[in-house]
Amino acid sequence: MAHDVAIVGGGVVGCAIARELSRFRLRVLLIEKECEVGAGTSKSNSGIIHAGYHAGNGTLKGELEWAGNQKWDTLRAELDFGFERIGELMVAFDADQVAILEKYRDQGLRRAIPGLEVWDGERVRREEPAISAAVVAALHAPTAGVVNPYEVCFSLIDNARANGVDLMVDSRVTGIRRDADGTFAIAVGSRTVGARFIVNCAGLYSDEIARMAGAGDFVVRARKGEEYLLDKRLRGMVKKIVFPCPTPESKGILVIPTYDGTLMVGPTAHFVDDKEDRTTTAAGSDEVFRNVRRVVPGISERDCIAEFAGLRAVAAGEDFIIGPSEVKGFINCAGIQSPGLTAAPAIAELVRDMLQDEGLALEPNPSFVPSVRKRVHFATLSTEEQIRLADEDRRYGRIGCRCEQISEREIVDAIHAGARTLDGIKFRTRAGMGRCQGGFCSWRCMELLSSELDIPMTEITKRGGGSWIVCEREEGDDA
Amino acid sequence: MITDEIRHLARAYDVVISGGGPAGMAAAIGARSQGAEKILLIDREREAGGILWQCIHHGFGLHHFGEELTGPEYAQRYLEEVLENDIDVLTDTYVCDISPERQLKLMSGRHGIAVVDAKAVVLAMGARERTRGAIRIPGERPSGVLTAGLAQKFVNMMGYLPGRRVVILGSGDIGLIMARRLTLEGVEVKGVFEIMPHANGLNRNIVQCLHDYDIPLHLSTTVVDIHGRQRVEKVTVAPVDGALKPDLSRAWDIDCDTVLLSIGLIPENELSRKIDLRLDPVTSGPVVNSTMETSMNGVFACGNVVHIHDLVDFVSEESVLAGRNAGAYITGRRPPKDNIRLLPGDNVAYCVPHTLSSEREHIVYMRVRKPIEKCSVRFGEVLEKKLRYVFPAEMVNIKVKPQFLENFHGDALRVDVVQR
Ligand SMILES: Cc1cc2nc3c(=O)[nH]c(=O)nc-3n(C[C@H](O)[C@H](O)[C@H](O)COP(=O)(O)OP(=O)(O)OC[C@H]3O[C@@H](n4cnc5c(N)ncnc54)[C@H](O)[C@@H]3O)c2cc1C
Ligand SMILES: Cc1cc2nc3c(=O)[nH]c(=O)nc-3n(C[C@H](O)[C@H](O)[C@H](O)COP(=O)(O)OP(=O)(O)OC[C@H]3O[C@@H](n4cnc5c(N)ncnc54)[C@H](O)[C@@H]3O)c2cc1C
Repeated sequence: MAHDVAIVGGGVVGCAIARELSRFRLRVLLIEKECEVGAGTSKSNSGIIHAGYHAGNGTLKGELEWAGNQKWDTLRAELDFGFERIGELMVAFDADQVAILEKYRDQGLRRAIPGLEVWDGERVRREEPAISAAVVAALHAPTAGVVNPYEVCFSLIDNARANGVDLMVDSRVTGIRRDADGTFAIAVGSRTVGARFIVNCAGLYSDEIARMAGAGDFVVRARKGEEYLLDKRLRGMVKKIVFPCPTPESKGILVIPTYDGTLMVGPTAHFVDDKEDRTTTAAGSDEVFRNVRRVVPGISERDCIAEFAGLRAVAAGEDFIIGPSEVKGFINCAGIQSPGLTAAPAIAELVRDMLQDEGLALEPNPSFVPSVRKRVHFATLSTEEQIRLADEDRRYGRIGCRCEQISEREIVDAIHAGARTLDGIKFRTRAGMGRCQGGFCSWRCMELLSSELDIPMTEITKRGGGSWIVCEREEGDDA
Repeated sequence: MITDEIRHLARAYDVVISGGGPAGMAAAIGARSQGAEKILLIDREREAGGILWQCIHHGFGLHHFGEELTGPEYAQRYLEEVLENDIDVLTDTYVCDISPERQLKLMSGRHGIAVVDAKAVVLAMGARERTRGAIRIPGERPSGVLTAGLAQKFVNMMGYLPGRRVVILGSGDIGLIMARRLTLEGVEVKGVFEIMPHANGLNRNIVQCLHDYDIPLHLSTTVVDIHGRQRVEKVTVAPVDGALKPDLSRAWDIDCDTVLLSIGLIPENELSRKIDLRLDPVTSGPVVNSTMETSMNGVFACGNVVHIHDLVDFVSEESVLAGRNAGAYITGRRPPKDNIRLLPGDNVAYCVPHTLSSEREHIVYMRVRKPIEKCSVRFGEVLEKKLRYVFPAEMVNIKVKPQFLENFHGDALRVDVVQR
């Protein structure tokens, strides 16, 4: 039997839509080409829930940024991922820039965003002593927050699945056609799945998916952003998200105290021709550290422990493309660049309404459960609580990842929740994200993957596909 | 393997040692020799012995046991001595925190979460390897980029290969040892690339692990790009100039599926940071006085957690001292206080210990920044020692007798290594 809705792409947008639709009596299928959801842009970004005032009026981005921002508290309460409104400071170095801050503040006030205030240099440095003495003022926005973006995707899909959504991973959509009875036949490798409605959330490839169905001829380009993570020794050096006032030449480099406390600096923003080009570059690193030092002089490349790059999916005109297409029943969610993470919960509701307008009947799902079982973060529990858990299961007592103090039991839980690769474990538990970058725990994680999933070591990968970790010794070589 | 796991974990000990590598084992024996009674040696691995278990090559113990042993043999000998000395060994247990009152919080696969009190503590957590992030190699992030020590664990302890065509970045000892090990396993080692104009490993390893196997060592050359979306496919390497800046016009590509990083070790200072010990910015390990006591009363440290040693024999030597002092500490016998600070001067990166007492004999360990032949180590005006050569990869150790220090009346003594 065909599904009611097929969602193509399991980034944060696809996962949020899946979860939203799971509130209704529908057969929903999410199709993702990678071996887990959230493996694309949705895990490689700055993780900021933007304050709500950034994007201009009259754009979808502007509308959905603030609408999305307001939904994160409920989402967090239900779905148990890391999110905190730590606030942000947009800093100015001269009077011209102060005028720009005021313009942004007024844009925010018109949207009734609470708490926006321009602070003078002295106040800025009282709150954030690490900020450069050259900063003369800053716009403070308490509504800005940080999330662990990968956790968001996992929580959304775990909840959606608990409420009946089907998930296909390792499944690339390669063709879409319409059958005589009006349902879509979606080719996934050698298989075909059917659905009455399609929501296209394929990120960088949403243009290809639209073209497969004849549902749009827009083009999506990739704009790369490099990000650099700093040693957790610098934790607390900066408490709010800090970035310079955007100028026509540059959008500025941010200092981001991530939800876990690690400082991150970036991102750059440069178009690349290749939609898989996630390389970090010497030029990018120079650009990031050179610019960030103007705002927070105490940050140095010597403190870097890891780096990555993400690709924004950018459509012509720079706005989101969200809406029905010339093909009835086919809805596009394309060009979801920044602030797409912030906006995702609002996008999900907008798409729900659009599906209804296209003729999808929304009947509440009586067995919908909005929350997921809380995950144990062993390191953050009280000692009494830890003693109790470790007495129940000794695997809580055994250290899995020392840098982030993750217990073996948490790693096993992640595997049972769907992690099948080292990255899958890392993004669900943080094991391997600390300063040793998996030097200590990766072989332990491999042993656990091997025993829990009953697969040989040689089949374990970093992130699926050909990303193997170890191979067999040469036959008969006993040197 | 010998195990003698304690069944019953007591609430209080005289000396608790965090880390059961060569440093921790030697410290335990040292503490016993000074009369400490209840001693607990803790390690997070399934057996004590530290990094030695994965070092199956020869080259351990020449100084200490007077014969050349493998890592596991060295560990075994020490472990036997530990057990003969009735020291409690607790493995599969991680020390997560130490309070100012020296109460240790343990995470144990055997005992759950436990708390023990110690009259004195010795930190011996060893070191960890620097990773890709520390040097920001541009490029993609495929699998197949790993530290040489992790590769060593894969090969020697788990029986798997990290890849089939390997490039090694950095000429640290682990990388050199792995170049030979992998070659013996039938893996193609394409070369060792070192950004500095000199190698970072011991000379004997350059000869025995590279030259003897015709593995090229490219000095003043580094990896400037890593290619491959899923698994490493190739790397780009380029020579660097005097300021270590790569000359991309002379870059070339090498096909490989693995990049091993041997770019140095740093003290495992997770715990040292958490309990706010004073750290030396050069070694990244705690600052210690001549009894190997850290800035926290009754907390001693030794081995790679203090500074990186190239020979395990010196680890043992330093650690016995730390253990003896921890043992003396609990009996209330305090040696005379240190009255001289050491100041690293010309061509000296650091000195350990950081302070000396003019009333005792000391061994001062130090590392130089650049190689020099025919040189002298000078402690101010009071002591000069001639050396044939110094080399950053080889730790220098100098015995300083009290009669030299008696002539010194200041409070800070500068140490220089200069050309003769
Ligand atoms: C460097 C950087 C920093 C950013 N910072 C922020 C920020 O701080 N705040 C913020 O709000 N936003 C930020 N963004 C933007 C945000 O990350 C994106 O808007 C958001 O992740 C887009 O989600 P998505 O689900 O549309 O796309 P994606 O996460 O790209 O998901 C698309 C999914 O579709 C799958 N797919 C593609 N083709 C197929 C196919 N043929 N078959 C099956 N599956 C397919 C992909 O594998 C992928 O998982 C940032 C972006 C970047 C690059
Ligand atoms: C690849 C390699 C080759 C070498 N080759 C030689 C050689 O040929 N000859 C030679 O003389 N020397 C050699 N060495 C050097 C020598 O092995 C080291 O200097 C020595 O092992 C350091 O001893 P250690 O006890 O300080 O550290 P380690 O051996 O690293 O032991 C530290 C121990 O502490 C444990 N630990 C850490 N944190 C905690 C915690 N919080 N709680 C509980 N336990 C903890 C660890 O599990 C580990 O077992 C080599 C080293 C390496 C890595």
